[in-house]
Amino acid sequence: MDPKERSADKAAQEMIARMAEAGQQNAWDRLQAQLPQCGFGKQGVCCRICAMGPCRITKKATLGVCGADVDTIVARNFLRAVAAGVSAHSDHGRTVAEVFIATARGEAGDYKLKDTVKLHKLAKELGVETKDRSLNDIAVDVGKIALAEFGKSEGTQLMARRAPEPRQEIWDRFGITPRAVDREVTESLHRSTMGVDQDYRNILMHASRVALADGWGGAMLATELQDVLFGTPYPGRGEVNMGVLKKDQVNIIVHGHEPILSEMIAAASQDNELLHEAKKVGAKGINVSGTCCTANELLMRHGIPIAGNFLNQELVIATGAIELMAVDVQCVMQGLTNIAKCYHTKLVTTADKAKMPGVEHISIEETTALKTARELVKMAIDNYKNRGQVYIPKDKKSAVGGFSFESINYMLGGRYRASFRPLNDNIINGRIRGIVGVVGCTNPKIPQDWTHTTLTRELIKRDVLVLTTGCATIACGKQGLTNPKEALELAGPGLREVCEAVGIAPVLTCGSCVDNTRLLVSCSELVREGGLGQDISELPVAGACLESVSEKALAIGQYFVASGALVVFAKEIMPVLGSENVSNYLFDEVEKDLGGHWAVESDPVKAAEMILEHIEAKRDALGINREKERKLYDMEDRRALAVE
Amino acid sequence: MSKIIASAAIRGAHKIAKQAEDILARAIKEKGQDCPVEFPNTGYHIPIIYSMTGRGVEKLSDFQEVMDEVRDLLPPPVDDDLWVPYLGHTLDAGMATLFSEEIIEACKYLIGPNPVDDIWLGAADDVILRERGIQFVDGTAPGFAAIVGAAPDVDTAVTIARKLQERCLYVFMSAHNNGTTFAEQLVEGGVQLGWETRLVPFGREITSAIYSLGFASRAALSFGGVQAGDFRRNLLYNKNRIFAFVLALGEVTDEWYATAAGAINYGFPTIADSDIPEILPTGVCTYEHVVSRIPHEQIVEKAIEVRGLKIKITEIPIPVSVSPAFEGERIRKEDMQSEFGGQRTPAFEWLRMRDISDVEDGTVEVIGPDIDSLEEGGKLPLGIIVEAAGRKMQEDFEPVLERQIHTFLNEAQGIWHMGQRDINWVRISKDAAKAGFKLEHIGKLLHAKYHDEYSSIVDKVQVKIYTDEKQVVALRQQAQAVYAERDARLAGMQDEDVETFYSCLLCQSFAPNHVCVVSPERPGLCGAYSWLDCRAAYEITPSGPNQPISKGNCVEPTVGQWDRVNAFVVQASGGNIERMSQYSMIVDPMTSCGCFECIAAVLPSTGGIMIVNREFADMTPCGMKFSTLAGTVGGGQQTPGFIGHSKHYINSKKFIATEGGIQRIVWMPKMLKEEVKDAFAKRAEELGLGGKDFLSKIADESNATTEEEVLEFITKNEHPVTALQPMF
Repeated sequence: MDPKERSADKAAQEMIARMAEAGQQNAWDRLQAQLPQCGFGKQGVCCRICAMGPCRITKKATLGVCGADVDTIVARNFLRAVAAGVSAHSDHGRTVAEVFIATARGEAGDYKLKDTVKLHKLAKELGVETKDRSLNDIAVDVGKIALAEFGKSEGTQLMARRAPEPRQEIWDRFGITPRAVDREVTESLHRSTMGVDQDYRNILMHASRVALADGWGGAMLATELQDVLFGTPYPGRGEVNMGVLKKDQVNIIVHGHEPILSEMIAAASQDNELLHEAKKVGAKGINVSGTCCTANELLMRHGIPIAGNFLNQELVIATGAIELMAVDVQCVMQGLTNIAKCYHTKLVTTADKAKMPGVEHISIEETTALKTARELVKMAIDNYKNRGQVYIPKDKKSAVGGFSFESINYMLGGRYRASFRPLNDNIINGRIRGIVGVVGCTNPKIPQDWTHTTLTRELIKRDVLVLTTGCATIACGKQGLTNPKEALELAGPGLREVCEAVGIAPVLTCGSCVDNTRLLVSCSELVREGGLGQDISELPVAGACLESVSEKALAIGQYFVASGALVVFAKEIMPVLGSENVSNYLFDEVEKDLGGHWAVESDPVKAAEMILEHIEAKRDALGINREKERKLYDMEDRRALAVE
Repeated sequence: MSKIIASAAIRGAHKIAKQAEDILARAIKEKGQDCPVEFPNTGYHIPIIYSMTGRGVEKLSDFQEVMDEVRDLLPPPVDDDLWVPYLGHTLDAGMATLFSEEIIEACKYLIGPNPVDDIWLGAADDVILRERGIQFVDGTAPGFAAIVGAAPDVDTAVTIARKLQERCLYVFMSAHNNGTTFAEQLVEGGVQLGWETRLVPFGREITSAIYSLGFASRAALSFGGVQAGDFRRNLLYNKNRIFAFVLALGEVTDEWYATAAGAINYGFPTIADSDIPEILPTGVCTYEHVVSRIPHEQIVEKAIEVRGLKIKITEIPIPVSVSPAFEGERIRKEDMQSEFGGQRTPAFEWLRMRDISDVEDGTVEVIGPDIDSLEEGGKLPLGIIVEAAGRKMQEDFEPVLERQIHTFLNEAQGIWHMGQRDINWVRISKDAAKAGFKLEHIGKLLHAKYHDEYSSIVDKVQVKIYTDEKQVVALRQQAQAVYAERDARLAGMQDEDVETFYSCLLCQSFAPNHVCVVSPERPGLCGAYSWLDCRAAYEITPSGPNQPISKGNCVEPTVGQWDRVNAFVVQASGGNIERMSQYSMIVDPMTSCGCFECIAAVLPSTGGIMIVNREFADMTPCGMKFSTLAGTVGGGQQTPGFIGHSKHYINSKKFIATEGGIQRIVWMPKMLKEEVKDAFAKRAEELGLGGKDFLSKIADESNATTEEEVLEFITKNEHPVTALQPMF
């Protein structure tokens, strides 16, 4: 198959071709081998929940053995997928909380609490006393409260209070204000086991609840605590794509999701002693770069280069330039073990909950993290001499990353006037039509990066500001869309004017997939800042993921829908189409209940049009599309203006 | 494109920070690091630094910390190829520039060149801030235009300044464009500069722009109730209340950009005549941030539109402009076409209430010769009779409305008015006469202004202007009889005669606990509101800050407390003040907002009190200057032993009556003595203290500057206080 049909990324195309020549297998090849894939699975109509099955719904057999109809089966599968996605992000969050507490207690000497301003803010929000207390004491209390959010026996998620009040009222009205993460996940599994919840609407309502426990709970805490621990991201420069690999240096790839590991490897790679060791083996330095969301975490905070996204993970090894790839959790393909065997690359798993047969496991513990990281770097250095032939594609692009909620505030007004006001103002005056989160994975069923970047181009052309996270942000980075100079030319005139005023690209890199919560917080702030309605559902915003892979993407999509947003996925990867009722509910009826809804559209240009239509409808409803005369203020008007 | 602006502003910020570093090093070398540093006569330290960081700079070494903050704020230069967001950086660079510029100007006060030089005024002191800043709060001045640079020629400069004045805006001037300054252009064009005409020349260098922004910051602290260090509220207060903007005339240098970036933090946009890039998207300012290439004939209108300002210009059918900005204009003899009154010719002005059917609204009659019959510099008698009618008009409002003649006439460009009643004095300038101004225009002006400002009590106004000497003298007699009647009514009016006092809560916007209780014998502490004024104000705006308080029963006759007044005070102070005395400065004294004309303070060892007025800037015997005292007394707190009060109250029979009245006064500045002397002597006579002689027993700054010296002075001069019981 033509590499161009597999990926829109030039470096990837080169590597795909080289791997094909070398007879090496990758995800695209394995997809070919899988075809045709199971039609029942795609439709979500296959039930393997109990031993009376597996059942699949066909025209002939419209009910499962237990009598479950297609709606129940599709809804249960959907709920289970969402719950699995929630588990992933939230387990990540829990790990961070544990390291956070250990750090605060001084038990994890290699970590420090870097953003103490944010710590104070968080403490205030969580009701932790800060007056006359040491940072560590405050942090221990914050950490304990955060950790309890995952498993507390009573009460609802504290972070959910960040949502606009009308939104919280809606959740209360439908009884979906999320409780402890564990409880919502457990209940999801219980409800969807054989013979429990068999009303698809009831099942789907709980899908909202469990997703909210992630978006406004586990995942949000992961982001917040990571910011305190590793520093809140502020815009910085970086490079993206395989061209960042260095022929004459020891190349280490960190892959996975949790910055707990990657932060330490990044620190160890700066160690003079190790740099000296690297020189001794003939390398000019130690080059750490990332793939997948770990890469995003490092770019956001340190400007460390990104070698690629999800589908690049096997390709980078095929350059022959990687001495060591350290992986932790999520989106790590088992296929890596095979490709690593073809080269000198040392593959190491580091999370006890994620091992692979035949792969060396070095457990990363918070108490000895830096020491372990140094060992890993040393292994990489020692492996440099084993390199064979190296081929590194030249392609790479400069990017600016680091757009956290805090840094967006700062960039719009500096230290003294930081706020969302300019953003709200320019949405209201129409220079910016709306904001869309382009997020998620890269799926071999679709040419890699193609839908993300096409959709993004189409949106910015139409004056829509794009915020990206996860593998989509890397896709945009590879094509220069997060480079302010290059991307400015692609933006519509209104958006361009704002970007020029602020000094940003029309596409902002907001972090990893767990950081989608930054977008939720930003949506709440758009509401709070005023002029755009009372609830997230009134905002001219949407989310899109046309290349989704992971169950995490479904969880994210569902928490955005339950927060009031439109979410667009590609048709072939939305596993609910087998049930008309479930589809109708998710694509339409849910809007009446929760304000947001799902939509499917596989063509990125059409998706852009659909989103624009949605944005303009929201703008109409807000009354901001009506041409308004400039308001001039007399003394009475001025007095009426708040000074807060 | 904004990147050019950001790059220039950040470059400029670095340059100015370097200048600040250098001059600070020189100042420390010459004066030592402990050398006190201040702007003259202000309680707000170095105001931008103080209001933004909360740091009260007192000595040169304090600037070192500020310099650290400046360095921390200074962003790296904008990368041309791969830039990170620069708007936030630019605004930070702007703030760093303002801090640096304050350091530079403050050091100049110490080691020169002195910022006050020739026409240049340098920093405004707190007296000016009070007097002028309040206009930003009450709306008489919607904001200011900070002009940097110079117009292409004198005529353009004069036209721009006039247009701004007509719109009631203050014009703050700084910086030169290739050596030429806007202020000097105005001088050349024969325009009067100064706070009185709202045309304020701060300095030749761009660094002097901080006097404008410092003024804005202080206004927020002083009138907005903003705490020092609460930068966010200070800046938003300015964005939403003080509608100021920058007019950049001429080539915009890096340093100008940097300073303009500082101004954008306040929500003050820049409007330029030159071809510089623009920043149009809104957000930090109300509308656009930088607008350029505006022709001079449109620049004022454009600036007002960009700032989002609505200015009501009442069209008054007279040939000269009318605006509060012209209020302070003087007309020297050489510039005068004709004059009236002022002991040179008989004159008077009189407003009387008439029955509604007797007034034909808008009629203006001039009886006698007009100014065109006079030679240049000629004189005429003048009688102005304003006849007002309205369903809500009362005789008691006559003096209140009559006093407005002074303000209204002065607001006309080229007309000058002084005095009142039968000691009034009016001049008309040559320019006004040339423009076609005649006596009937006085009538038209008064008619329009009464309708504009007093429409709730006045329905109809007609004006008669007499210049025939016989008629003037005859009518003056009638008027004098009315004045005497009014005086008797007012002078005779005692607190005991009325059942209702009035509150004044005007200042609660910045002193939330403060409640002024205005009675016939105790006017508001700002001096602006008498009991009659409050009553009129209540009629004009029934839901306004002046509310009637029915006294109720007298519960503490000696100190002056009434049950319902106390109840009102509890409620209006949000429960913070339980009791308030009308006549005591020791027992439950009245709170003070901050607007007081004078402060009375006990000098314990003398058994008496000192009074200092706001205009007196030097040290007082209690060891504090007025500005420091004001900080202690103001803010809506009850501070036994200290009260803020009006000048007028000194001569009231109820002046600290509990403590013994004026015989307690042992020290007053000379200027205050001079100002109150006539009524004071009369009052001293009534009390058997020996009239004028008593005034000479009161010490002033020429013979006593410390409490010990006061004690020595009053003992030597046998001041009656020495025979009184101690105050507490």
